[in-house]
Amino acid sequence: MAISINGQPYDVPKDARVSLLDLLRDTLDRPGTKKGCNQGACGACTVLVDGERILACLALAAQYDGRSVTTIEGLARDDSLHPLQALFVEHDGFQCGYCTPGQIMSAVALREEFERGSPSGVSPDLQASPERSRAEIKERMSGNLCRCGAHNGIIDAIAAYVSEDSL
Amino acid sequence: MTQPSDKRSVPNADNGLKLNRRTMLAGSAATIAVAALSGAATAEPAPGLSDARDPLVRSPGGLGAARPRRDGPLKVRGEARFAAEHTFPGMVYGALVFSTIARGTIRAIDTEAAQAAPGVVFIMTHENAPQLAPPEPFYSSPTGMAGSSLPVMQDASVHWNGQPVAVVLAATQEEADHAASLVSVAYDAADAVTSFEAATAGAEVAKYAGRDLQYVAGDAEAALAEAAVSVDLEFSTPRQNHNQIEPHAVTVAWQDGILRMHDCTQGVDLSAITIAKVFGIAPSDVHLTAEFVGGGLGGKTLWQYHILAAAAARLAERPVRMTLSREGVYRICGGRAPTRQRIALGAGSDGRLTALIHTGTTVKIAHNAMTEPFIDASEHMYRADAMHLEVRVGTMDMLANTFMRAPGSAVGTFPLETALDELAEKLGIDPVELRIRNEPDKDPTTGKAFSQRAVVEAYREGARRFGWQRRSGKRLGRREGEWLVGTGMASAYYPYKRFPGGAARITLTSDGKALVEVAAAEMGMGTSTATAAVAAERLGLAYEDVDVRYGDNTLPGSLIAAGSQQTAAIGASLTAAHAALVAELAALVPEGAALHGQPAEALTTLDRSLVLAANPAERISFADLLARSGRTSISAEAKAPPPAEAKEWSMHSTGAVFCEVKVNAITGELRISRISGVYDCGRILNEKLAASQFRGGIIMSLSMAMMENTHFDERNGRIMNPSLAAYYMPAHLDVPEIDVAWTGIPDPHAPTGARGIGEIGMNGPSAAVANAIYDATGQRIRDLPITLDKLM
Repeated sequence: MAISINGQPYDVPKDARVSLLDLLRDTLDRPGTKKGCNQGACGACTVLVDGERILACLALAAQYDGRSVTTIEGLARDDSLHPLQALFVEHDGFQCGYCTPGQIMSAVALREEFERGSPSGVSPDLQASPERSRAEIKERMSGNLCRCGAHNGIIDAIAAYVSEDSL
Repeated sequence: MTQPSDKRSVPNADNGLKLNRRTMLAGSAATIAVAALSGAATAEPAPGLSDARDPLVRSPGGLGAARPRRDGPLKVRGEARFAAEHTFPGMVYGALVFSTIARGTIRAIDTEAAQAAPGVVFIMTHENAPQLAPPEPFYSSPTGMAGSSLPVMQDASVHWNGQPVAVVLAATQEEADHAASLVSVAYDAADAVTSFEAATAGAEVAKYAGRDLQYVAGDAEAALAEAAVSVDLEFSTPRQNHNQIEPHAVTVAWQDGILRMHDCTQGVDLSAITIAKVFGIAPSDVHLTAEFVGGGLGGKTLWQYHILAAAAARLAERPVRMTLSREGVYRICGGRAPTRQRIALGAGSDGRLTALIHTGTTVKIAHNAMTEPFIDASEHMYRADAMHLEVRVGTMDMLANTFMRAPGSAVGTFPLETALDELAEKLGIDPVELRIRNEPDKDPTTGKAFSQRAVVEAYREGARRFGWQRRSGKRLGRREGEWLVGTGMASAYYPYKRFPGGAARITLTSDGKALVEVAAAEMGMGTSTATAAVAAERLGLAYEDVDVRYGDNTLPGSLIAAGSQQTAAIGASLTAAHAALVAELAALVPEGAALHGQPAEALTTLDRSLVLAANPAERISFADLLARSGRTSISAEAKAPPPAEAKEWSMHSTGAVFCEVKVNAITGELRISRISGVYDCGRILNEKLAASQFRGGIIMSLSMAMMENTHFDERNGRIMNPSLAAYYMPAHLDVPEIDVAWTGIPDPHAPTGARGIGEIGMNGPSAAVANAIYDATGQRIRDLPITLDKLM
């Protein structure tokens, strides 16, 4: 029984109540993934499971046996920031930094969703590939709350990220 | 007078002013709007500017540059560790049990089942809690940092619905939470005051920050009755909660007699002093750090959970991590109190105010010193022949209300600025013009001269950026399909403050670098980034060569990130520490070297050197000075002088906010489509960070207008929506792109010319939204939040 977290295997916890979030933060001492509400309302705990975004607070760790989890700590390569991390710094997409890991993980998956052509609630056409517009980004990021008010910078960073072809 | 002659600086005061004029209104969107200014009201220097001795006021050098946050890479990597993310060997997890009555006593508390639950290490109730002194709340003593003075778990009494009645420590958070659910408590309930009406019957004039919240000049009621045009309006604002995304948390350990705390606090030193007094230990026996705080907004102070975690840790002899659940934050960390306000304005047909009445009531608890001072904008924004301003307060059995971003003025500017809009309509005068006609030439209530004030320029520039259409008593709103579109404006106001207690230490090292140390707090404002920039300019070092340590109570000073004043307090501390450092350096100058024998007052620092202020060509480099005196470093520490400037001058920041709203004619849905804010806050120290501060305040004010509401059950005093799922605040889709700009005119009496920017954004947008809704729909909504049911 093992969960792959940022490429390393970890034992599934014996206590079935342990969420993926508490496994990361408490058991494994990887607190980059944040706990803002523990009930799926704020998005601070967003991680990727096999490339798709989920809320780690609503996920029981035991369900993720054999799955591959990527957290904020697994995004940068050694000394260099992931392109989206660098864009968050450049566009000042945060203040306190607590919602930031969730915003970034959510946006990494968002780009994949654009590339797959997945529509959102504001996409006018379910068949056509969605436009990479601010309205689409804001809709797709509305599950990640920020209280400091860095929203404009966050969307600026993500807009730059999803429009870059070379990444 | 000292003058830097750095090539980036300007050599005299006159040129300095021209530079300021050229750089003013540098907008966040990199738009330099210079030509826009029409006959600006304060092209003349404010009184005293020519005498200002701080060279940085006139020659800011690299200040203002849009530098990215120093802690940015750590935060985006998820490597910034917050309070609940530190560990100690043997650490256990805490969970709290909250009372379910508003007032009364605990008849019995049964912890047997919890004690037997897996993983449980220790349970603390009033029956075994240690004896503790009551904490000192803010404004009750110079060092008070607590939310209330209620004793913590000292007897069986219950003072609010949600009070902690038991602490459970267990090996894991899951085990602690489960065991807490097994604690059973029986209460004897007593009569409680839990309704606003009951609490404010017989309410008395409030005292706040050492004064009565009351100002009377002339007979305002008589002037109102005689006024050619008048409005007399009632408003209400609800309870609100901070909802910092980081829930309050602390990780504590007692190590060799030292209480070690990893905390989230807006004042590391004051939190340490306050908890030291509770435990009867010396403040030096507390080591409290808070390098990263996940949002403060006024609410990250010292609450009961800190004390309970430390007490339980001591009894259990185990380190404790206490992370409040989101519900826990609502139960024990207070928010903004509700208000009911009256604004009555009387004016002549020329629009000049003859009467300004702003009165109302709010509630607090008996055990704090915090009344929402909602009249402060009315005290300082407009002239009027007669005034009556007054806050009355009653006490209620509830969780302590507390400071929340722009306490007082956030909820006070909403009615003031809405009433002005209504008056402007009745007068047939454009709302911007009405405000300009009532611009005071000195402080309306204190009579003091303004240290610097350019709100008229902010109105004009805001109107230009937004494309404001002048109006004269008629709505200009239009319909686009099913959307009703309207525009509105309001003024912004926030006082200048600088709390006592600032201090800083500067250490220069022989490698040409400096370390600045201040016991300041950082919860997202960019404290280390701004501090490094100011210190670099003052020291004559490159920005990259200045390191900043903060967030640790063992560092100098008692700084607090509150009241938008920490930057001013740090600025004054750096000025003092710099002067002390220059004196230390002067004493090192060897005989025969340049500058030998010069008094320290004649010297300053520039280009990594100690220089003669009057002739900077006469200099000796720091490296030389240290090498020739056989040292590898030199350090100086000094305290900031008391904040005399705010006693001498009327000091406050102002601004103008313009917005466009769309209201759906069918569903009542409200959208903010455009908004511009222009601020007059003195010098801007970092354009990037400042834009984010302004926007953050604006977003919270839009949110206050549209959605925020802590539902309080007046039958039992319990908060009914203690959850981010049921307390609404903006998501990305709710937030428009926000245009912000500033005058950038330095305040000659504020340290480094900067007055503070953290809260003013909060004041004005809510009224601008309400005024725009009227323009769009013809409906005046005077009770916040303006939810869609009120627009149907």
